[in-house]
Amino acid sequence: MSLIDFFIRHQREIGQATLEHIWLVGISMLLAVAIGVPLGIIVTRHPWLSKPILGGANIAETIPSLALFGFLLPVPWLGARADRLVITALMLYALLPIIRNTSTGISSVNVAVREAARGMGMTENQILFQVELPLSVPTILAGVRVATVLTIGIATIAAAVGAGGLGEFIFRGLAMVNDQLILAGAIPAAALALLADFILSLLERRLRPAQS
Amino acid sequence: MKVEPDPDSAREPIIEFRKAGYRLPNGQSLLEDVSVAVGRGETLALLGRSGAGKTTALKLINRMLDPSDGEILVEGKSTLRWDAIALRRHIGYVIQEIGLFPHFTIEQNVSLIPRLEQWPAERIRARVKELLSLVGLDPDTFSRRYPHELSGGQRQRVGIARALAVDPPILLMDEPFGALDPLTTGELLKEFQQLQRRLRKTIVMVTHDVGESLLLATRIALLDGGKLAGIFSAREFLSAQEPVAAAYVANFRMYEEAERANEPH
Ligand SMILES: Nc1ncnc2c1ncn2[C@@H]1O[C@H](COP(=O)(O)OP(=O)(O)OP(=O)(O)O)[C@@H](O)[C@H]1O
Ligand SMILES: [Mg+2]
Repeated sequence: MSLIDFFIRHQREIGQATLEHIWLVGISMLLAVAIGVPLGIIVTRHPWLSKPILGGANIAETIPSLALFGFLLPVPWLGARADRLVITALMLYALLPIIRNTSTGISSVNVAVREAARGMGMTENQILFQVELPLSVPTILAGVRVATVLTIGIATIAAAVGAGGLGEFIFRGLAMVNDQLILAGAIPAAALALLADFILSLLERRLRPAQS
Repeated sequence: MKVEPDPDSAREPIIEFRKAGYRLPNGQSLLEDVSVAVGRGETLALLGRSGAGKTTALKLINRMLDPSDGEILVEGKSTLRWDAIALRRHIGYVIQEIGLFPHFTIEQNVSLIPRLEQWPAERIRARVKELLSLVGLDPDTFSRRYPHELSGGQRQRVGIARALAVDPPILLMDEPFGALDPLTTGELLKEFQQLQRRLRKTIVMVTHDVGESLLLATRIALLDGGKLAGIFSAREFLSAQEPVAAAYVANFRMYEEAERANEPH
């Protein structure tokens, strides 16, 4: 049976697993943006917090994924369900690039522009929301892009703790020494990563403000 | 040709430095013991070499910086007793690097403070047109453009229009005519002189150009190494004994001498 036949025969299961995968990554990324962007802003406002926040995110980033699942397993509410566990872990991985790019984006806003904004009588919040964040959008999106591609890859390991996703096929294929099964997980996962990268880079370019 | 000082100016200072000084957190002094009063409708030029403390002095007026010594009064009230935001919206400010918002169109740049003050849309649109025409930019051509689509001189005009947006009674300008070719500077200067006469603002402008000071200012405050070396009217300045002022004048005269040397016999 050719690979194509295999994909056609199992299209429902593959589609189902792809949706699960997208769901795991999507929820993780939403959480990571919701937490990471404010943390990135805090880092620029209180430089003394930059070490603990970026350091913490950096540590999360370096823990191997299976080990991270292991660490999270005993945590009461999180450990109770595989998807909670996986989403938390993926979110932790996504945090670093988002925090870092948010703070880089904000601190690279032209000093003269910030000075003018302050001198005209804009409040700190007005400067943040109307000047600094809009000018940082492309940089923040670049961080989101890196984080998304990263989590799409790591999410394949979610199957190890029973959270589903495209990793199911890979793990089953590995166990049964079945190449087609492995590829049924690997190919859609790779395609998903490429697609996410493409869409987010388009968005990044669209939202790039006029250059000065 | 010059704007005459208001005869009341001595009695009604709008901006007053009282033994004002500014030190960095590390103790280094950038400005020391400056006392000068600017009357209503007056234009004070802050003249001095690079690093003399001109920008620092300007920033003390709109509370971008708080004085370490003495005080600065704006309309009779210490800047420390003003709400910083209210004070800054009361004072137009053209910063040295202009600092237009790159993600806003010219129209959005100019209308930012009116929008924050929640003016009705109609009034904002009319005001932008009025301001752009005032600084010699055709509103239909420039409203929709972004700052990077303008020349340096045009950007400087937008910076001035933006500072005038809510018609503040006080205007601070940090080398607003710097970094341009001499013809464009001259053009802008002449236009600004007319603007000044029409609007009758109280202006403090930073410059290191004697000609610019003589052309626009009612008085010249000479800063040197963070200290006030003297305050002069145009006439006083041209015949000043004070060494720094004399050096400026000698340098200024150099051009006249070159002109005379090249006159046909
Ligand atoms: N935040 C700062 N930290 C350290 N030094 C500073 C700071 N701000 C200003 N200075 C120094 O203070 C001095 C006065 O600066 P200021 O900007 O007032 O000069 P200026 O007269 O406006 O010069 P220019 O004509 O070059 O704009 C300079 O020597 C400058 O290097
Ligand atoms: Mg300066």
